[in-house]
Amino acid sequence: MTDKAEYREYVKKNAPGSPMFRSVFAAFLVGGIICCIGEGVSDAIKAIFPDMGETDIGSWTTVVMIFLGSLLTAVGLYDRLGRFAGGGSMIPITGFANSVVSPALEYNREGVFFGVCAKMFVIAGPIIVFGVVAGVVAGVIGLFAG
Amino acid sequence: METFLDYLKVFAVGGALCALGQVLINKTKMSSARILVLFMLLGLVLELAGAFGYMKEFASAGVTVPITGFGSTLAKGAMQGAKEGGVLGAMAGGLKAAAPGVTAAVLFGFLFALVFRSHSKKT
Repeated sequence: MTDKAEYREYVKKNAPGSPMFRSVFAAFLVGGIICCIGEGVSDAIKAIFPDMGETDIGSWTTVVMIFLGSLLTAVGLYDRLGRFAGGGSMIPITGFANSVVSPALEYNREGVFFGVCAKMFVIAGPIIVFGVVAGVVAGVIGLFAG
Repeated sequence: METFLDYLKVFAVGGALCALGQVLINKTKMSSARILVLFMLLGLVLELAGAFGYMKEFASAGVTVPITGFGSTLAKGAMQGAKEGGVLGAMAGGLKAAAPGVTAAVLFGFLFALVFRSHSKKT
């Protein structure tokens, strides 16, 4: 029998730990590419609608990126990308879309109400709640800071 | 050439943020929801501190496409709203600014969930 410390050492040595360099490099590469696609979408919108304001261009870019992320999730490609890219596909806004669409599809069989609609916010819920609360705090701080 | 340099900056900064996320995944075993919240709050605080604008000027989509951009949008909207309508403006402004993104995610999520079937659980 091996004791706990020995066992832990054994696990550490033999577990197929995610290779640090490879995964970080993959995240950097894919994340960078997704951001460049976002920049391309933004530039395209600017070229097609030259009169559009900066804020509107940003909002449209977000909507287009979320559409792309949702569609790729729906056809099953985004999760496959995620297995390779990890943080590279998670951190961009397309990953936010993925975090909404993926559970929505997954829990489809539990019905539209408590499956799709409720499970949609399993990951996005905390983001929106923290965002709303911190946003109000930021606004009020801004009010006093001038 | 200038465009190429712009895209290089977007790639480097956006990639670096994602690489940082991957380091957190590897080192801390944090769930993806926690990491996303952390990055969102980072963007929000940077916007509040006034630094996000400069970062956006340098790397544009490199900081706005990652979820940090969502936090920045919330903070910017809330601060803008507060300036115009006080506390009520602060409460309305954040979600108002972020509404297109949130709505897009909900809309496409709902529609696609009705049309497509899940691919992730094929055993």
